[in-house]
Amino acid sequence: MSAPVDSESKWAWRLTRLVTLCVYIFMFAPIIATIVLSFNASMFGGFPMTGFSLRWYGKLLENEQVVAAFKTSLWIAVVTAIVTTFIGVLTSLALVRFDFRGKEMLGTLVILPALVPETILGVGLLILIKAIDQPRTLPILVLGHILLALPYVVLIAQARMVGVRRIYEEAAMSMGASRLDAFREITLPLLIPAVAAGALLAFTISFDNTSASLFWRPAGGETMPTQSLSMLKTSISPEVNALGTVMIVMTVGIPLMGGLLAQGLARLKRSKPREDAK
Amino acid sequence: MVSRPADIRPTRGWRLYDPRLAWLLVAPAALLLVCFLILPILVMAVYTFFTFITAGVEESTLTLANWHEFVTDSYYHGFLLKTLRVGAVTALICGVIGYFPAYFIWSTAFRHKWLLLLLLIVPFWISFTIRTFSWIHILGEQGLINVALLRLGLIDQPLQMLYTEGAVIMGLIHFLLPYMILNIYVSLENIDRTLISAARSMGCTNAQAFREVTLPLSLPGLAAGLLLCFVLAAGSYVTPQLLGSGRDALFGNLIYDTIMGQLNWPMGATLSIVLFIVLGSVAALYTRYMGMSQIVKGLGG
Repeated sequence: MSAPVDSESKWAWRLTRLVTLCVYIFMFAPIIATIVLSFNASMFGGFPMTGFSLRWYGKLLENEQVVAAFKTSLWIAVVTAIVTTFIGVLTSLALVRFDFRGKEMLGTLVILPALVPETILGVGLLILIKAIDQPRTLPILVLGHILLALPYVVLIAQARMVGVRRIYEEAAMSMGASRLDAFREITLPLLIPAVAAGALLAFTISFDNTSASLFWRPAGGETMPTQSLSMLKTSISPEVNALGTVMIVMTVGIPLMGGLLAQGLARLKRSKPREDAK
Repeated sequence: MVSRPADIRPTRGWRLYDPRLAWLLVAPAALLLVCFLILPILVMAVYTFFTFITAGVEESTLTLANWHEFVTDSYYHGFLLKTLRVGAVTALICGVIGYFPAYFIWSTAFRHKWLLLLLLIVPFWISFTIRTFSWIHILGEQGLINVALLRLGLIDQPLQMLYTEGAVIMGLIHFLLPYMILNIYVSLENIDRTLISAARSMGCTNAQAFREVTLPLSLPGLAAGLLLCFVLAAGSYVTPQLLGSGRDALFGNLIYDTIMGQLNWPMGATLSIVLFIVLGSVAALYTRYMGMSQIVKGLGG
């Protein structure tokens, strides 16, 4: 953008910069405060800092409920990531490559779980389970998470699939490759960035999910977010800050590392599909 | 469009892009959407006509009692109006504040633009509960602001900022602002920059070019952001629970209490359907004028 010349533009650009800076501070100040306070030696979960200590992390590790919730969440998130990526890629393959009746409707339907408030999704499924007299179980919670992550995985995979030209697959098939071979050897490798991004997103969506999980969790089963929520109801202890920090490191660190890894891989074998005709 | 190569023979009677194969591919997703999205909403709609007996017990005798209660009791109307107001205020503030960073990222000459965008995506990865409760460290009695002001001697009593409606709205803005910024940014990115150069070369100042070209062309993104923020804010219930007092509860809290607390399932179903219809109408109104595509871009971007 050319440098602003008149005074009105100059003033507006300064304002834009200032607001942008404030927005970034606003976004991260509370998170940084939580991380800093998790190392506070004080018995209380707030300011001022009285000294540096790791004892709250130690306490966290001794807390059996927290460790159990952590394992549950990790397990659920891994399964959600794998299954959602699998069915999400299949769905976007059909939506991009094929023409079939109901395609438009399915395309809209598949993003609905991202738009309908979780409260409504939560209550709906809960009532359905009650109506058919089924107990709330872990598999149902996992399927619910898959539903919530599906729109994002499909959107990411679809965007990438449009960029992979179908003549590549068709060329392979015309030379005698089976459908499955063509997909495995041609389409899938070109989709890998989207597959990885989708899987990571699905993982974090599941690992973080609070609202819907509060409705769907099996009796007595806690996930990490519901566990931290119930800890928060009693008091803001430094232990909660430590828990928060662990979760931040988990959910920010893993995708970030994944992203860097993917970039490194992409740089190793540069394969840039054209963005034009399907 | 590439012409279909003629030498790919149908395998075992299946054409290359056979619709039957497409249905096989989408079957798992379609099954999931039917069982976990459509069916629950339909069953919930039926449940609104069930008779509530006592906590946790209801009969399938059909009645209009729940709807009658909702329509006549001003207690519910108050909740609904407050929820819509909080949602609208949150969306508007997000729109105003969010435009600046979106515009900045779009127009800056800074080479590491991706870093600014990444920083907006990072909050999506951080647990919503953690992000929300972390405001207690800023606004609370032992929060950053109160401790700083007390130390400086500017106040001698901690200010009551937490557990107010303002705190709830701020928590919601904190949660929704990245959605808004990314939506506006995506629609700014789609603007043909030569249009702006053209306006400039015809004698527009930067500010005029912005008003006449950039702003109108970015409105679809802004509108998509407003819709998304409104719907998500109006459907929230963890934020009011953590940052608000009892009086700041929203419709989502009402639904949660009705179902998980009072175990009044038919009424809970009724309230959920009400929220679904209200938010659905807003979304339908929006898609009538704007179409779905902008929301899809915003979510995927």
